[in-house]
Amino acid sequence: MTTAIEVKNINKQFVLRHTRSIKEAIVWLLKGRKGDLSEKFHALHNVSLEVGAGEAVALLGLNGSGKSTLLKHISGVLVPDDGSVRTRGRVAGLIEVGAGFHPDLSGRDNVYLNGAILGMSEADIDERFASIIEFAEIEKFIDTEVKFYSSGMYLRLAFSVAVHTDPEVFLVDEILAVGDEPFQRKCIEKIQQLAAEGKTLVVVSHDLDLVSTICDRGVLLEHGNITFDGPISEGIAKLRGHV
Amino acid sequence: MSSSVDELTRPGVGGGLTEVFRTRFLLHLLVRKELKVRYRGSVLGLMWSYVKPGMQFLVFYIALGVFLGLENSPRNPDGLPNYAIYLFSGIVLINFFSEALGNASRSIVNNGGLIKKIYLPRELFPVASVWVSAVHFFPQLVILLAACLFAGWQPSALQLAAAAGGFVVVALLATGLGLLFGAINVYFRDSENFVDMLLMVATWASPVMYAWTMVVDKLGQFWFGVYQLNPITVGVELFHFAFWVPTTDGSFELPENLMSVWLPYALLVSAAVLLLGQITFRRLEGRFAQEL
Repeated sequence: MTTAIEVKNINKQFVLRHTRSIKEAIVWLLKGRKGDLSEKFHALHNVSLEVGAGEAVALLGLNGSGKSTLLKHISGVLVPDDGSVRTRGRVAGLIEVGAGFHPDLSGRDNVYLNGAILGMSEADIDERFASIIEFAEIEKFIDTEVKFYSSGMYLRLAFSVAVHTDPEVFLVDEILAVGDEPFQRKCIEKIQQLAAEGKTLVVVSHDLDLVSTICDRGVLLEHGNITFDGPISEGIAKLRGHV
Repeated sequence: MSSSVDELTRPGVGGGLTEVFRTRFLLHLLVRKELKVRYRGSVLGLMWSYVKPGMQFLVFYIALGVFLGLENSPRNPDGLPNYAIYLFSGIVLINFFSEALGNASRSIVNNGGLIKKIYLPRELFPVASVWVSAVHFFPQLVILLAACLFAGWQPSALQLAAAAGGFVVVALLATGLGLLFGAINVYFRDSENFVDMLLMVATWASPVMYAWTMVVDKLGQFWFGVYQLNPITVGVELFHFAFWVPTTDGSFELPENLMSVWLPYALLVSAAVLLLGQITFRRLEGRFAQEL
């Protein structure tokens, strides 16, 4: 099986508090640079992970365990302090859908803008436009400014654009709670369909039952360390055992 | 982008400005978004891009041209002929620079929501800001040309080349400084205030309101040489050469070697600033997502 995502020994530290005042910085220099000017938080410890093409992997863990941070490294938003991340083919994220939406633009303009942000070409979007609108079920409102949309319509359109980007690797972060129940079911079906088509999926969600229906491999993170990597059912059992 | 399917690549490591060229469709959409959103909910809309510089021009013209006596008139033979055109040709270029650099410096912080969530070449944002400013520059240029034609403007090919040269100098400089200050602004918000101050100085540090000869008279040749090192000064003088000189009888001399020495010099400086901006930007962009 070819590797789709290769994460090798990555470390990531975040600076929690910055000293931005010159006064504090001078005092610190005069005291002979004692202590740290800022507090650090180790978000990922020596994390390594390999995901094969076509695998559906769930990142499990409690809040603050580093799941989303890891996902952001795979998407390229964050760059590791050391170690390396490599991916094959186009990576697209369903990470907080609607991040690229502008409230003052119409639905149509937003589809094009967001599609391009997620890496689609003009021809791609033209071709899939009808399908995007149909999936989002907002034909009537496509030329209305997005700020007049209900939150459900907004999320449906954003999700629809994201699933139509057709990348090789799909990153899904806690967005399955979109819209009402019928639409949610439609989204899950769509994601399962993507998995069946052999797309690589990396999913972060706290909805463990849902995750277990989509993914077959679970990776458990605790305080920035991978503590388990194996079948999804065991991973979930392990996570539940901690709670 | 599908050509990379057969190899592993590092995500989040862009190709700098070349990447912007590759994603020009997205650049085009970002520019269109800015233009649509800028004057949303206003009755005059894009007309504001004419009204504001028009009013600015009027204020300066009356205060400087009439009250302070820069305008040539029968009672004031020492003034500049066609001062209105002299003034406006400088103002449009400075306005372009101010808007481009001011917005580019804020562009990264203003688009923080997106940068934190999705990877895309971040150079897009400063470049889009400069582009939007160029779009706003265009109507002002049209007004300037109308005024020039009215005053009997008949430029030579060299003078038209000077206009293009002046614009390129300022556009490159604004992009380079925009990348530099836009990146620094993520870490220190002092950057945007510093830029505001810089822009205030820039307006007066070039012969926009006054004539370059006044600088020589007061400071002498050496300090005028230093004054002339500013690429914006060269850009403004090139605009005077292109738009104002053809409407006068040509008795007013512009600085020597404007086209042969100063234009190539200014292009070189602007290109160097662009390179410096790009290098700094790439060194700092790795931590944008966590600092915003």
